Amino acid sequence: MEIKSEDYNIWYDPLTTTVNCEGSLRLSGMEEYAPIVELLNAVAEKEQSQITLNLKGLAFLNSSGINVISKFVIEVRKKGNTQMLVQGSKSIPWQGKSLKNLQKLMPSLKLEIE
Amino acid sequence: MMQIFGDFIDNLPPSHEYLMIGFSPSSVPLKQRWRNNGLSADFLADYLTTFFPGGNESRDGYDAKAEVKSAVSFIANELLENAMKFNDEASHKPVSISLHLNSERLVFLVTNSINPQSVGKFQTFIEELTTSDPNELYIRHLEKNAEDENVNQSGLGFLTMIVDYQAKLGWKFESIHQEPEIIAVTTMVQLTV
Repeated sequence: MEIKSEDYNIWYDPLTTTVNCEGSLRLSGMEEYAPIVELLNAVAEKEQSQITLNLKGLAFLNSSGINVISKFVIEVRKKGNTQMLVQGSKSIPWQGKSLKNLQKLMPSLKLEIE
Repeated sequence: MMQIFGDFIDNLPPSHEYLMIGFSPSSVPLKQRWRNNGLSADFLADYLTTFFPGGNESRDGYDAKAEVKSAVSFIANELLENAMKFNDEASHKPVSISLHLNSERLVFLVTNSINPQSVGKFQTFIEELTTSDPNELYIRHLEKNAEDENVNQSGLGFLTMIVDYQAKLGWKFESIHQEPEIIAVTTMVQLTV
């Protein structure tokens, strides 16, 4: 599963059960984000014991994108048995500010910002 | 008619440095112009970093200059996305964004026209935003949006500025033309740096 454009690249690696997001995600609303939501829903549906969301290469995310990531976390939380790890980078300042909110949605979520 | 909501300074003291970008009404569909929002926001952020002492990492590894740049880029992009989405194209008025530098804060001002029919809904949202606990409202919005497949306005832009960037927000609504009625809304965001 992969979604690629000039500005961003999102793909799921089944071996490591990791969703990787890279580039800049500033799409114009939920309608444009629909293919990405679909990919994330399909990953959540697999009910793996562990899912990693790797955002270390995601330089920009607008608030509609924050909504999409949050929706994914809520979907995974609903499954009940999946451990979730979100990886970010210290060199991308928005991540230090905004990713901690995901733990309010899913207290068991592990956040690594390195 | 003029109405003010939230933290809005009507007579902003003149700043020594400011940058303003105007967008004239265009026949090109918004979808095709969408990338301009991010490009303009990144330009404002890049321009601003000239005025900040450079690249010093603090003890905990965070770079103050990079922090400000990222905050300006996020806030300016959200403000432009909103302004372009809600701009009343029929008014033929330009959208503008300006960034003002004062000693301890940055002030963003974005002006667009808004369809008179949409003013009530927007003001109800502002009331909710200015009278609720922003952290609690933020989580409530995310949970609600996750349930609703059809939601297209996430309503999160302003909330993220308040919750994650501790920004102060204010709005001014002004009637700038009668018959047909044209209403301009100016959003002010103050960011302490």
